[in-house]
Amino acid sequence: MQGLFAIYRKELSDHFSSNRFVILFALIAMVSFITSYMAGINLRENLEGVAKPKFVFLMLFNTPGALFSMVQFVAFFGPLIGLVLGFDAVNRERADGTLIKVVSQPIYRDAVINGKFLAGASNIAIMVVSIVLVIAGFGLTLLGVVPGIEEVWRLIFYVIISIFYISFWLGVAILFSIFFRSIATSALASVALWIFLSFFVSLGASVLADTAVPVEQKEEARAEAIMKNVRIKEGVSLFSPMVLYSKASATIIDPMRKTTRSFVLLGPMEQLSAARFQNPLSLGQSLVVVYPYMVALVAITLLCFAISYSVFMVQEIRT
Amino acid sequence: MAGQAIIETKDLSRVYNHHRAVDEVSFHIEEGEVFGFLGPNGAGKTTTLLMLMGLTRPTSGTARVCGLDPVRQAKAVKAQVGYLPENVGFYGDLNAVQSLEYIADLNALARREAAEKIRDVLEVVGLKESMGKKVGTFSRGMRQRLGIAEVLLKDPKVMFLDEPTLGLDPDGAIRIIELIQALNRDRNMTVLLSSHNLYQVQKVSHRVGIMIAGRMVAEDSIEALGKEKLGVEGQEYSLEEIYMKYFQEV
Repeated sequence: MQGLFAIYRKELSDHFSSNRFVILFALIAMVSFITSYMAGINLRENLEGVAKPKFVFLMLFNTPGALFSMVQFVAFFGPLIGLVLGFDAVNRERADGTLIKVVSQPIYRDAVINGKFLAGASNIAIMVVSIVLVIAGFGLTLLGVVPGIEEVWRLIFYVIISIFYISFWLGVAILFSIFFRSIATSALASVALWIFLSFFVSLGASVLADTAVPVEQKEEARAEAIMKNVRIKEGVSLFSPMVLYSKASATIIDPMRKTTRSFVLLGPMEQLSAARFQNPLSLGQSLVVVYPYMVALVAITLLCFAISYSVFMVQEIRT
Repeated sequence: MAGQAIIETKDLSRVYNHHRAVDEVSFHIEEGEVFGFLGPNGAGKTTTLLMLMGLTRPTSGTARVCGLDPVRQAKAVKAQVGYLPENVGFYGDLNAVQSLEYIADLNALARREAAEKIRDVLEVVGLKESMGKKVGTFSRGMRQRLGIAEVLLKDPKVMFLDEPTLGLDPDGAIRIIELIQALNRDRNMTVLLSSHNLYQVQKVSHRVGIMIAGRMVAEDSIEALGKEKLGVEGQEYSLEEIYMKYFQEV
């Protein structure tokens, strides 16, 4: 345990004193600041003279300001935090010849991996929490609305999901830094995987679905084909952690969302019947909706960590 | 000196993809001696050291280090053995004291005790004046001495030094060799010194082992080897002559 704490402390202080961290934090703080400011301005304009809806406060996070909402921003660029924090975690030490020195001290070898992962995850937690707090404080002054207790809880869950999501990418980056001896290779590989999983999987999902079950314009059997098509599309796109995360976080942050899925083909009658249930979901029900997504996120994070762990434990360290 | 065997191996082997990097090596090192570990590049010296540290698993054979099994009790072995790898690396943005503090942390030394020891080892290796300087600015000789300071910090019973004088200027190399002699004399430190510089090895070693192509071809005192291979006694001869003789035989 002593070795773990020593490495954890060292890594954490390395992170905090690195220019990389400062730049990253400044960038993210700035973007989230602007995003929430735009969202706040929009909200204030739209809500003028209208009876205030419930959960105005959460709208700060899920209303698109200029281009995207805060939730979308984290979904897109959160992984970058994890990747930047982890892509050279192990192979830089290997290249510098410090890894062999550390593992020849009386510690268990897993302390190196655990310490690095925990330090990165703590770093991520600090970033996410502080940004959410900044936006929340900002929103207080901008909107003049105080969040209710349920809104606070929803934000807490949002923060937890975000930490796991970004930690997953940290785990991927650390895994690649164990696999690849070259720092440039591990950086490229992790960015490539990020782009693939975040952007190309959703594209591929629609292509796959359209090939498997083409939606024809003919009237008969149309509904069934469309259902099948959509199911395939959603099933495939769940391979993307970004989709998992966006669905989970959007549902947690927006009580009016009752499902993680998007509706298809709302006819007038369906719209009418859906409108009868216009009340927000309770927190518990929202959690039930996103529970599988949360479990999947935690599972892939742990899986990634477990792979790094088992690879590192049997790897030969000579430098 | 001439104490008990502090390191003992029996038929220690390590195979990489059908290549026998270390091939049934059996030797021992006595407590309080300086053991010169010779051999050409790629002979398996570093692999042997890694197996003794418990960092690499032997394919077959056994080793005992300080009475412990490096495979099963790696952590306990690493607490008693200090290893200075070839081309040891440092965190360039830390200064000498911070580097040592990190090593002290990894060795679970208490803060106050560590501060005292750090001052002590910096004195021993002669880096007291440079203790506040960043390691990134250190010369090669200073880095090696800092490496030895890091090894000394845990009060090891045995030191494994892998090419500690490689690439050093003559003055730097002599300082390292004198440091090894002083540690051996004053602290009764057992030292396993792997090196290509036969002159230096001859100067400090009580006994030497010669490893060629994964096999330990000789293991004895320099005098005994000289008698055996060169047939000389009491004359001036160098370890180099003995070494070349073995090398040509293989």
